[in-house]
Amino acid sequence: MEKLIPTLIDGLNLGSVYALVALGYTMVYGIAKMLNFAHGDVIMVGAYTLFVCITTLHLPLWLTFIIAILVCSVLGFIVEKLAYKPLRGSSPLAVLITAIGVSYLLQNLALLFANTKYGMDKQFFSSFLNLGSLKIGNVTISGVDFLIWITTAVIMVGMMLFIKKTKTGRAMLAVSEDKGAAQLMGVNVNKTISITFIIGSALAAIASILFAAKYQFVESTMGSLFGIKAFAAAVFGGIGSIPGAVIGGVIIGIIEAFSTAFLPGSVNAASDGFAFVILIIMLVLKPTGLLGKQTTEKV
Amino acid sequence: MLLEIKDLSVYYGVIEAIKNVSFSVEEGEIIALIGANGAGKTTILHTISGLVSAKSGSIKLSGKEITKTPAHKIVEMGIAQVPEGRRIFSQLSVFENLKLGAYTRNSQAEINESLETVFSRFPRLKERKNQVAGTLSGGEQQMLAMGRALMSKPKIMLLDEPSMGLSPLLVSEIFDIIKSINKSGTTVLLVEQNAKKALSIANHAYVLETGKIVLGGKSEDLINNDSVKKAYLGE
Ligand SMILES: Nc1ncnc2c1ncn2[C@@H]1O[C@H](COP(=O)(O)OP(=O)(O)OP(=O)(O)O)[C@@H](O)[C@H]1O
Ligand SMILES: [Mg+2]
Repeated sequence: MEKLIPTLIDGLNLGSVYALVALGYTMVYGIAKMLNFAHGDVIMVGAYTLFVCITTLHLPLWLTFIIAILVCSVLGFIVEKLAYKPLRGSSPLAVLITAIGVSYLLQNLALLFANTKYGMDKQFFSSFLNLGSLKIGNVTISGVDFLIWITTAVIMVGMMLFIKKTKTGRAMLAVSEDKGAAQLMGVNVNKTISITFIIGSALAAIASILFAAKYQFVESTMGSLFGIKAFAAAVFGGIGSIPGAVIGGVIIGIIEAFSTAFLPGSVNAASDGFAFVILIIMLVLKPTGLLGKQTTEKV
Repeated sequence: MLLEIKDLSVYYGVIEAIKNVSFSVEEGEIIALIGANGAGKTTILHTISGLVSAKSGSIKLSGKEITKTPAHKIVEMGIAQVPEGRRIFSQLSVFENLKLGAYTRNSQAEINESLETVFSRFPRLKERKNQVAGTLSGGEQQMLAMGRALMSKPKIMLLDEPSMGLSPLLVSEIFDIIKSINKSGTTVLLVEQNAKKALSIANHAYVLETGKIVLGGKSEDLINNDSVKKAYLGE
């Protein structure tokens, strides 16, 4: 019983990071109508960037964060321009295969870099962000935990306001519903999709900062399993929905934390799979996900 | 000449949908383009708006070449389209749809002014300002699509089958509105299958058959033309 609250805290931490990555999936899917399989790997690139800036270059922390966000945003922009834009209008399968290719390319480049530079793929951070902690009874909540939750909540609300209240946000909604009609309004569809990728990647960078602060490691393959779970979170919450992505992320994170903590040792190893079982049940019960809307697509 | 189309050819893959089409629209006019299903009417409007690219030929707006101009810039230059099937943003509110219509404009005061004009022209849109557009009736959706196009303050408005799927009474209402939009200074290029109605409000008209213009002239002459009567007016 004394494991309950700490497990919940673990789940919220993990879930918040999933949520930030799920936001990127859901926005890109909602607006560009494509599954950016390489999105998870962007957080890996973000984490390596942090590692290099902190451990090797000894840059001040604030600068490190800005560099990580810039690197990821530029990466998202370039990947879209070079790999996805030329395929716009071709079969979704071709786009998906390309995205998987980009994912492996990023992983291999990171592996190559880490192996040449550090002699090993997996690297550990020394704890770089210490924000103290709060003790309530026999439960300890660290400052980093609070930072993770608050950041995720603020970003969710910020994204919802951005989409609903700004001109660019409205353009995104228009592109999401009907690219041709959006163009007839004077919306530059290519630019709008680029902005979507940049925002999604910037959110992945923030996820990587929070992840590194909490779990303090980086490796070339960290993004792929992470990405799949975040994608599952986006689908769980209803792909295309911003609050859906966050709720989905938190639920997947909590399920994972609880199955790791409470399942007996031998089953425990399968805790990664457990979240997917819940996802499948969800999709059988409500195919559009928790907050997903039934939409009719126009050609 | 406000809009001048010369020797326009458009292909879908290897299929030539538009063959050497030329016509022009003078400022202040209503021009009708009539033709049967699949004649190429929508293709011509999409090419003017930049959604489809021309294989050859030229499109000029006030003498300026726009054949290769990207779609989003064409709106800014003063061409608005009310597309076939309306294509309103069904998940957004009426108000948000109208705001998207003014996407290329920056002055909030001017946008508000246009909004007032649109609301006074379509009082029903004002009443339903916050309604989700997808729940509007067919007639209301057509009005929203027209209002949305007007929000860009166009020099010329392209209308693709505005009467489609509407009751005869509403069709008359829509045509009255088109006339009045034209009276207040917007040039109109109207695509219609309802040839009778279209010819009744247009100054000039062209008849399109399988991608070619086969006939053109003053509306009153076309109304009395025997082959037009037989093929398009059901007489
Ligand atoms: N995206 C496309 N790909 C291939 N062929 C197309 C495409 N769009 C239209 N066509 C073809 O081009 C021709 C002209 O079509 P268009 O839609 O311009 O006709 P229309 O005059 O607007 O017809 P309608 O009155 O039915 O709307 C048709 O033969 C159509 O099948
Ligand atoms: Mg048509």
